[in-house]
Amino acid sequence: MNSAKNTPKVLKETKGKIQVDFDRTSKWTKFKIKYLSTRFLTQTIFKLFRTIILLGMCYIILNPFFSKIATSFMSPEDFMDVTVKYIPKHATLDTYKQLITENEYFRCVFNTGILSLACAFIQTFVCSLVGYGFAKYKFRGSGILFAMVMITLMVPPQTIEFSLFLMFNDFNPYGIFEMIGIAEESRRLLDTVWPFIILSLTGLGLKNGLYIFMMRQFYRGVPDELEESAYIDGSGPVKTFFKIILPISIPMMITIFLFSFSWQWTDNFYTQLFYTSNTSSHVLAYFAEVPNSMLKAIEDSGVDRVLYEQSVMHTCGLLIIAPLILIYLFCQRYLIQGIERSGITG
Amino acid sequence: MSKTKVNTNGSPIKKPKKAISLERKKSRAGWLFILPFLIGLILIYIPMIVNSVNISFSDYRGFELHPVGWENYQVALMEDPDFVQVLRDGLLSMLLNIPAIVFLSLFLAILLNQKMVGRAAFRAILFVPVILSTGLIDSLDAANSTMLNYMGSNEGVDTGAVGESAANEIISAADISVLFSNMKVGTGLVTYITRLVNNIYNIVNDAGVQILIFLAGLQSISPAIYESCDIDGATAWETFWKVTFPMISPMILVNTVYTVIDSFTKADNSVMAFIVNYESRSRTVATAMAWVYFLIVALIVVVVAALIKTFVFYQRRD
Repeated sequence: MNSAKNTPKVLKETKGKIQVDFDRTSKWTKFKIKYLSTRFLTQTIFKLFRTIILLGMCYIILNPFFSKIATSFMSPEDFMDVTVKYIPKHATLDTYKQLITENEYFRCVFNTGILSLACAFIQTFVCSLVGYGFAKYKFRGSGILFAMVMITLMVPPQTIEFSLFLMFNDFNPYGIFEMIGIAEESRRLLDTVWPFIILSLTGLGLKNGLYIFMMRQFYRGVPDELEESAYIDGSGPVKTFFKIILPISIPMMITIFLFSFSWQWTDNFYTQLFYTSNTSSHVLAYFAEVPNSMLKAIEDSGVDRVLYEQSVMHTCGLLIIAPLILIYLFCQRYLIQGIERSGITG
Repeated sequence: MSKTKVNTNGSPIKKPKKAISLERKKSRAGWLFILPFLIGLILIYIPMIVNSVNISFSDYRGFELHPVGWENYQVALMEDPDFVQVLRDGLLSMLLNIPAIVFLSLFLAILLNQKMVGRAAFRAILFVPVILSTGLIDSLDAANSTMLNYMGSNEGVDTGAVGESAANEIISAADISVLFSNMKVGTGLVTYITRLVNNIYNIVNDAGVQILIFLAGLQSISPAIYESCDIDGATAWETFWKVTFPMISPMILVNTVYTVIDSFTKADNSVMAFIVNYESRSRTVATAMAWVYFLIVALIVVVVAALIKTFVFYQRRD
């Protein structure tokens, strides 16, 4: 190496200021080292491959939504037109207007929202309580009880559908209420929110086994020293749970809350089982049906009935999930963060 | 902490209270925490299960239940021409889907765990099915795709119906078999791959929760391990099999069990649909079928869990 080469060249020298230039590596050499290596090549190919895969997956997921959105704006004329595939020629908002007014959309959203919020709050709390009990306390029978939790998750709800119906048609476990003397009419809990509340309070609601399992895995990762120090300071197990454990488990609880809320929102099994008809309840589970005035319009226009009804049903689906999408846009950060911080381990 | 009273002569007086060992105290607290579930189990779940099992062993005469022994099970397994066939086909197709779902979700989780442009957007989109593709929306889609199959064609407007309808096939078995004909792979593999590719929508939709769980597992692996691997000159491939795979193996167990349970209890799988349809013919036989199905699923879960447990690696045993 020539030392003279490395000394900076003085370009301009003024009073108190000096501008220098070093002998730089030429741009071409830099370019060669950076971009014309096998490492860069493999990395680029990998990145390209990765982007294509992810874009493809996103396409697969979003494509049905796009085509559903496109058809929801179509008028009956578009369905008769063979040249129309995605972009309607006679765009209209009539489908939305009719569905919102005739199926009483906002009333359904309000009722379902209240129901889902109540269920999500209760389930999140109860499942963290139960999950904590299973994670941190070993007692006789805890293994069997946890196996029971998994069994509640494993038994298909359809298996016990009829029994569930019978149970809440006359809510009278072991004849207790009969002995107290509660009349039979007040024991019929169908068409009220009570079945949901009772199932949520006892950790038997929709997919609650999964929530209990997730909370248990989360609490197993929490160091025992945290509680031990609380015990030494004289706080009992219950106080420790509320003062120490609950605050640190909030990210995980937000995740559970989001799962619980959105799954309850789109649930049709329990909701259609406990609310026997739409007239008594007005929930979103019964929202997806073609209004009568539309049926008439279909017959008049002579459009392919099956196809048009199908698109109306999809529009119903879009209306059902619209509030959820709004919530998801704001909350997906918390969903992922909560899961990431949880450090679930098998 | 109890205060000790001191006697006049200085020696502590022992309270006549019964001493509870720490273990007893802890087990009491444990019972307290799981009390909600315990009450539900005793008051609601066990009576319900007993009732359901009872129905499966009886017959309706008018509105009264009459015990008939194993008759309903006999009808379900021996006499009904379709049930065993539907059960076998349904179980087989689900068992084939499960590894695909688990591996795809692991693969996608690894991709989503890397730093890249637009990672947040990709994540947000890939988790959309977790929130949206459940219950109502699933049943709407299922109803419409059966309608489409019945019609046989969907020319013109694309309504966004999904499923395995003939018109929606991405690739056909014929194309693939031409591609593979020179590679000497069996037709079984070809049909398997074709089915997977055509079923990709359902597979991606079912993989959301699993991706989340895998992502959580990947996040908990210490970056220091990867750094030391890099310094020792391990390639990405070696790092995956020697570090990532063992560290993520508990998640593979959790996810496989979850996938089995989830896909077997989904309302839109063929066996569940068959059982629900059968209820209009005979509720008691349908209940018996559901219990047969549950027992098989429970058996599969136990077998799969036992199989995977043999290679699961726990960093710390507790």
